[in-house]
Amino acid sequence: MIFLFYLLSTIMIVCALLVVFSKNPINNVIYLIMCFIAMAGHYILLNAQFLAVVHIIVYTGAIMVLFLFVIMLLNLNKAIIIRKSTVTRVSAVVTGGIFFLVLLAATRQTFEIDAKYPFNSEIGLVSGIGKTLFSEFLLPFEISSILFISAMVGAMMFGKKDA
Amino acid sequence: MQKLTNRSVVASDKKMTFMERIYVPAILKGMSITIKHFFKKKTTINYPEEKREFSKVYRGQHVLKRDDEGRERCTACGLCAVACPAEAITMVAAERKPGEEHLYREEKYAAIYEINMLRCIFCGDCEDACPKEAIFLTDRIVASEYKRKPFVYGKDILVEPMDLRVDISARQTSAVHDFKSNKAFAHNR
Amino acid sequence: MELTTIIFKTIFLFIILLVTLVVAMYSTYAERKVAAFMQDRNGPNRAGPFGLLQPLADGLKMFMKEEIIPLTANKYLFILGPSIAMTTALLTGVVIPWGDTLTINGHVYSLQMADLNIGILYVFAMVSIGVYGIMIGGWASNNKYALLGAIRAASQMISYELAMGMSIIALVLTTGSLSLHDIVAQQHGMHWNIFYQPLGFFIFLICAFAETNRAPFDLPECETELIGGYHTEYSSMKLGFYLFAEYVNMFISSAVIATLYFGGYNMPFIDQLGLSSNAVTFIGMGFFFIKIFAFIFLFMWIRWTLPRFRYDQLMNMGWKGLIPLAIFNILATGTYYFFTSLK
Repeated sequence: MIFLFYLLSTIMIVCALLVVFSKNPINNVIYLIMCFIAMAGHYILLNAQFLAVVHIIVYTGAIMVLFLFVIMLLNLNKAIIIRKSTVTRVSAVVTGGIFFLVLLAATRQTFEIDAKYPFNSEIGLVSGIGKTLFSEFLLPFEISSILFISAMVGAMMFGKKDA
Repeated sequence: MQKLTNRSVVASDKKMTFMERIYVPAILKGMSITIKHFFKKKTTINYPEEKREFSKVYRGQHVLKRDDEGRERCTACGLCAVACPAEAITMVAAERKPGEEHLYREEKYAAIYEINMLRCIFCGDCEDACPKEAIFLTDRIVASEYKRKPFVYGKDILVEPMDLRVDISARQTSAVHDFKSNKAFAHNR
Repeated sequence: MELTTIIFKTIFLFIILLVTLVVAMYSTYAERKVAAFMQDRNGPNRAGPFGLLQPLADGLKMFMKEEIIPLTANKYLFILGPSIAMTTALLTGVVIPWGDTLTINGHVYSLQMADLNIGILYVFAMVSIGVYGIMIGGWASNNKYALLGAIRAASQMISYELAMGMSIIALVLTTGSLSLHDIVAQQHGMHWNIFYQPLGFFIFLICAFAETNRAPFDLPECETELIGGYHTEYSSMKLGFYLFAEYVNMFISSAVIATLYFGGYNMPFIDQLGLSSNAVTFIGMGFFFIKIFAFIFLFMWIRWTLPRFRYDQLMNMGWKGLIPLAIFNILATGTYYFFTSLK
């Protein structure tokens, strides 16, 4: 188990780095897909099979397909590197640094969460997630569903020729 | 205009009814047709084992006939070459030497006689043109080859072997015979 | 896990793989035969008796052909495409319950590689990853037709995955479980899901046709418009992988349909015969395969009956026809179970 954890983590980190450093947009997307699949492996290690599969269906199977789709249609086969101005670069570094700090702070908190909510091996299974979503988080769940419906209707309005 | 079949349907842009729009009845109808054909007798003829019967007037590979005594009938008059619309026939004439009477029937014979099978359209005009009844089209099929050269058939292929005479009786119908012997139609050849 | 279980699972895995490949191989033969019979022809009958060795001859031909990778193609992705297509097609077989339990020397072995409690979703995930094989291959070829085929494949698969997922949701409402093992066990006897979910089955079947890129939904590879679509540039065994993956997909889809809606390995009235449990398992497995072959035949029957849809018709049917129908099906099923649970 611990070996699998380190294997998946290595794959994930290497792929994530390649997403950032690789120049070809198509390769970026493919490394990101690999990264997501490795993440699904982590979910399975946590006995969260439902989360793992939904992660694959939604992120790898739907969202990344759309990414790939757009990149294919834009024909970004050749890497085009545009020289950015110094101001943009500095602001990018500052933004990235702040985001990194936020992430770091968030990760520090997890140790306390771990103590407060002990790991429940049933939490990632269908029934566990279903019960939590439909009891504890019913309102946010329903509100997010309304959000999705409005997004769908909006997309349809855009899609119509003479709206 | 008269209809060719009673199954023709006039196409129209009318709005489809609900039953037509859900496709399913039409799909089922189509599937019933294909499954009927699934059990029907197959029309395939398994070629090398079974052979399709040829028409009596089928025109295939040519033969240069010999007469009853085994002498070549062709006299290299060149009428077939003139008649040929595809210009597939060429020949070189030669004079019969003394002592060759058992080989050639006439005093003049074809030393070289070639038909280019790639040019030939198998119309049978050479057969009609021949005054000596020497060339005929048979029901044999011209063999396929890998190169172009072998399709130029020489006398080695065209002249029928002595011991393996080619049957052309199907082409010698009385109508053909009458036509050939009738002087009145000679200009047609 | 005990050693015997591990050995059994390993052997079983190889058997599944072998059976899948052999069935897919002979599906190509069956396809040609069915097509020929429906067109009043004989089909392949030269290689071996009744042409039974034809798939081997075809495979050999595929291997002997020259391997061509176009100069302008992206080499790694060009190789990756068919590999993904084949891998995802084969991976699905592990969650399908091929039979009930088998008792050897007192040990009870389940004839299912992995009984995931999210079995259906796993099948679904593999199908959704399968799109990449076609998309990456089509894009990497650097060819207009291949790209068009890839784009068509991607949009078609995404569109029909929705309706497929919704028809499964209605099914899960009836069964109350996502595990394929439980779903089959519930259909014991004649309680097949087709009687409870006829509309769901209909939608699922159409979507299965679309997901496997079979006629009348073979727009990604239509020969007449796209000269082969996404595999235009492919040759040799890489082309073979694409074609083969299609047949593996067909086999697996048939197995999934038989599992979800036609009782899987359950055979009605088998309990009354009083056979030993192993015999029942084997008969059930045989019956399961008969069901699968029937569906494979249906796939072929449809292919050689219907012409290809036009692309706008395909999209219209997916979004305006099947999805509303599937939502209606969910609503109807949900309402029914809500009112029956009240009593």
